[in-house]
Amino acid sequence: MAISRDEVVHVARLARLELTDEELDRFAGQLDAILEAVGKVSELDLSEVEPTLHPLALSNVWAEDEPRPPLTVEEALANAPDREGDAFRVPAA
Amino acid sequence: MVDTLRLTAEEATGLIERREVSGAELHRAYLDAIAQRDPELHSYLCTVEQPDGAGVPIALKDVISTRGVETTAASKILAGYKPVFDATVAARVKDAGLPLLGKTNLDEFAMGSSTENSAYGPTRNPWDPSRVPGGSSGGSTAAVAAGLAPWALGSDTGGSIKQPAALCGVVGLRPTYGTVSRYGIVAFASSLDQVGPIAKTVRDCALLHRIIAGRDPVDSTTVDLPEPIELPEAEDLKGLRVGVPTELNEAEGIEPGVSEAAKRTIELARELGAEVGECSLPRSVEFGLPCYYLIAPSEASSNLARYDGVRYGYRAEPNGDVRSMYDRTRREGFGDEPKRRIMLGTYALSAGYYDAYYGQAQKVRTVIRDEHAAAFEDFDILVSPTSPTVAFELGARTANPLAMYAADLLTIPSNMAGLPGLSIPCGLSEGLPVGFQLIGRQFSENLLFRAGHALERALSFDYVPERYR
Repeated sequence: MAISRDEVVHVARLARLELTDEELDRFAGQLDAILEAVGKVSELDLSEVEPTLHPLALSNVWAEDEPRPPLTVEEALANAPDREGDAFRVPAA
Repeated sequence: MVDTLRLTAEEATGLIERREVSGAELHRAYLDAIAQRDPELHSYLCTVEQPDGAGVPIALKDVISTRGVETTAASKILAGYKPVFDATVAARVKDAGLPLLGKTNLDEFAMGSSTENSAYGPTRNPWDPSRVPGGSSGGSTAAVAAGLAPWALGSDTGGSIKQPAALCGVVGLRPTYGTVSRYGIVAFASSLDQVGPIAKTVRDCALLHRIIAGRDPVDSTTVDLPEPIELPEAEDLKGLRVGVPTELNEAEGIEPGVSEAAKRTIELARELGAEVGECSLPRSVEFGLPCYYLIAPSEASSNLARYDGVRYGYRAEPNGDVRSMYDRTRREGFGDEPKRRIMLGTYALSAGYYDAYYGQAQKVRTVIRDEHAAAFEDFDILVSPTSPTVAFELGARTANPLAMYAADLLTIPSNMAGLPGLSIPCGLSEGLPVGFQLIGRQFSENLLFRAGHALERALSFDYVPERYR
């Protein structure tokens, strides 16, 4: 088995997904099958191969440090689920 | 009356230039067609009544931010979200005078190959409504196939333009990574995502690609095009060296009817003057899918961390502290496929597993890139079927994620290598369209358009679905 139900619980916590027991049962089986399939990459000995991080060989793309008009406060808050004055409002920690 | 089923964007441009129809009349004709045929297909998530622009109207996949127009990525977690800025591609089509018809349906966050993962219900294939349009840009390809948009933009991570274009019998280009801006695109897997054109003809695709392509100062992964985009004219393939990778053309799971249509098209290329030869991508096809399903979910798990119910989109009713608000918002807001991929990616990136999974997948990516580079020493383009199958029935693969993932078997390898790919319709199998994939070197879009156009002319595929003729 590639991943246990306990590990799925742990991963769901890391990813901030509050899963139900039903979801955990379903995803545990599916993730196990998927990990089994993608684990195929470990069949290759690639110790001498460099990783590809990005399709294009770009480095140090600079931009001029020019001020541009930013979003207004009202624009930034336009989609807020909840606000208080000029701030996003959330439940207390 | 304008026949939106047949009209190409190029013809529509002519009608407007000759003042035979106004941009507003054309826009209205498409909205009428949408009112008539889209209740069955559900290719649009929303339409726009009176947009700016007097040119040929366009539909945009709903991962493209449009100022003031709801942009959901087909997710409940972005329900009601109205961007306060335009994506660069949305601004470019607007600047070119193309009025917006609406936003098209997709698999939630572009994660899927059938458009069934939309939180707002699936899109159906215009050739047979019991079947899927492919995905994730299935709304855009179904809209173009059904004459509900002359052209559209989609996005492609593992095959999300090429595969649905194939299943809907239209033309779609996945551009070279870095040629089209990702600014304002709802992010999925940033080292793979590319926006590209979908249309009825290769020339329309080239026209639209010319509008959207080029460096964008606010997307530092974009580059200047080495040459301007040209409209293809030539009707032969003289001198073109066409490689037929064995593994892409004889992979397990390719339907016989799909294989036959692709073989006929390869024979046609030879008749048009191409030099055709076999080649090999031994590990790209075998390891492409596992490589993709590590890299894409890993990047997705990071990109989707931003959806927390604080700044925009859906927020679960709070019944506790801020942490439980985050958790519940994400549980209620994301559908199953994003949840699966977030967890897969979180696991693959977590301590102790990073090297074995994500790190190893990045090395596989190098192997895939090198194999393609070797093939391009002998050939100018590589060809294969776009999808192993024609459009499948709704529900056929939803219970088995791995069966759904296999739909992208033939599009993923070149995507991992950052190469451009064009899918053109090349015939029918079981009465459904078959797509033919042309893969080129980085920045070889002009060559793909030239080859695709010549084949398209010789194939004379009728892109109007039989049930509408």
